[in-house]
Amino acid sequence: MFPPVDELFRWKDIWFEGTPLAINKTVILILISSALIVILMFLGSRKMALQPSGLQNVTEMTYEFIDNGITKDVVGHDAERYTPFLGTLFLWILFLNFWEVIPGIQFPPTSRMGVPGFLAIMVYGIYLFVGFKHHKLKYLTGHLFPPGVPKPLYVLVTPIEFVQLFLVRPFSLAVRLLANMMAGHILLTALALLTAYAVNNVGVLKLVAIPAFALNVAVTGFEILVGFLQAYIFTLLAAVYIGDSLHPDH
Amino acid sequence: MSTLLLAAQQAGELKAGLQSIGAGIVYGAAAIGPGIGIGLVVGNAITAMARQPEMQGTIRTTMFLGIAFTEALALFGFVLFFLAKS
Repeated sequence: MFPPVDELFRWKDIWFEGTPLAINKTVILILISSALIVILMFLGSRKMALQPSGLQNVTEMTYEFIDNGITKDVVGHDAERYTPFLGTLFLWILFLNFWEVIPGIQFPPTSRMGVPGFLAIMVYGIYLFVGFKHHKLKYLTGHLFPPGVPKPLYVLVTPIEFVQLFLVRPFSLAVRLLANMMAGHILLTALALLTAYAVNNVGVLKLVAIPAFALNVAVTGFEILVGFLQAYIFTLLAAVYIGDSLHPDH
Repeated sequence: MSTLLLAAQQAGELKAGLQSIGAGIVYGAAAIGPGIGIGLVVGNAITAMARQPEMQGTIRTTMFLGIAFTEALALFGFVLFFLAKS
């Protein structure tokens, strides 16, 4: 009755089948949301008025949310140059996550490992680059041999810190986003299938459709929250890692 | 001959079934610790917010960070679930 998990996430190629550049539903959604963000942000910042109205309000609120809530709080007060990167990251993940609840589309591209994996590798490269640029080799020694630890304990602490810095951070960053969106998509599919199964049944079983459908609507609302929260947490963690590379002592 | 085939088929089914049970146990066990941990993090954050409502913003950010780090263990369980199933 329930289709194999592969069928929920693997879409048929539409153009250029069989080549690495094959285009399917995931790619189309990614391109559409990228274009949407560019258009919205361009229209919102085209005619800047001293008294903002309409779309300019939304643009400014988004920027201030990232700048005050994430960059200044977490990366540092002198780190405004990271706001554009973090803002783009947040908006992109947010738009991709929201495809999960748009009727008729209902598929989050972030539930394919390619998207969160690429973003995590990008954040990984940036925080390592920033760390080595600002602190040279002290970045590595400061992390692998944290001060204030008794010397014999380095046998235990150094491998743990190494694995944490180079493996656990990017891996958990990617898998967190993937797992949340994947679980949400499977849950919504299961509830929708249950509703359809109950409607097509006979007798008392038809009544199961009512709570199943109500639950489906409720979970869809919950998934909006999850999509926002995951975009926020991804950006927050990227900011924490970059801030940790900028000021490793606190 | 047919009994041999049947036995081989049953062995394959047994293996698939055991794999599914193992995968289920892996994720169930991996979710226990993070469940308790996230409960502790959020509970203490609510206590802190009730005591000092003016620190709400900072506490909420730190709470999400704590949740994110605690959740990492459950995520390893999620990945192991797929590894154990296939």
